[in-house]
Amino acid sequence: MNHDMIGHAYPASQPYLVTPENIAAFADAIGDKNPVYRDEAYAKSLGHSSVCAPPTFPIVATMAAMEKSFHDPALNMDYSRIVHSDQRFEYVRPIQVGDKLVVTTVIEEIKALGTNDIALFRTEVTSNGEPVVTGWSKLVVRGEES
Amino acid sequence: MIDSSALSVGDELPSVEKFFTREQLVAYANASGDMNPIHQDEVFAKSVGLPDVIAHGMLTMGAAIQVVTDWVKDPTAVIDYSVRMTRPVVVPNVTDGVLVTFGGKVAAINDDGTVRVDLSAVFAEQTVLGQARAVVRLPQ
Repeated sequence: MNHDMIGHAYPASQPYLVTPENIAAFADAIGDKNPVYRDEAYAKSLGHSSVCAPPTFPIVATMAAMEKSFHDPALNMDYSRIVHSDQRFEYVRPIQVGDKLVVTTVIEEIKALGTNDIALFRTEVTSNGEPVVTGWSKLVVRGEES
Repeated sequence: MIDSSALSVGDELPSVEKFFTREQLVAYANASGDMNPIHQDEVFAKSVGLPDVIAHGMLTMGAAIQVVTDWVKDPTAVIDYSVRMTRPVVVPNVTDGVLVTFGGKVAAINDDGTVRVDLSAVFAEQTVLGQARAVVRLPQ
């Protein structure tokens, strides 16, 4: 990988519209039956304006944004040798139906460890210009010998 | 509603058991957009040296936090969540899928009233997540 790309920020992604169907499909896929992910009346009973997304739902938008950067020739990242090793989300507020998620991806850190490169991507997620959640994804790019 | 004054460091949360199936991996791929064939295609997975199809690490992360969200009821109480994906969950083509058991315990009660829960995820008697931590602001 090109370590000179540390600190580089990619242009903001196209907005990702959060729909009830997308949230329900994600909740089904993780096997979580919590009605707050599906039932608007229940979500409102908890004080929310609409159905909320599960805590790891932001990965839908952040991974798509990061994948664009993985293919950036300037970053020189071997896409076929990536392992996602760590993930963190720091939430400002819950993602809800109607949000239009826009992701800015920043290369926060790249470090060599043996033949591997370890890259930390920060993904700043906003909706209508307001912060929603920040993600950090650590990716290990395995060297040829490992 | 959780009475935060009754909480102690070391308290265990009710565990959550889930069976990961091939169908669920396909559903997660479609819902998340992660179409990497190592999560769906047994021939491909084996061709790159894996024992079989493996679950998405992010599926395991997404499933683990249910220990916390079932406990607090409102999932938006989670204000910070992080994991290290240390081992894969291997999912052979069996009807019932494979069992993954998720646990959690109160690791810290912070001065600002937030609670840190440390999570565990066990598959085939081995942990598959490391340093799995959620910070929760308990609903008032």
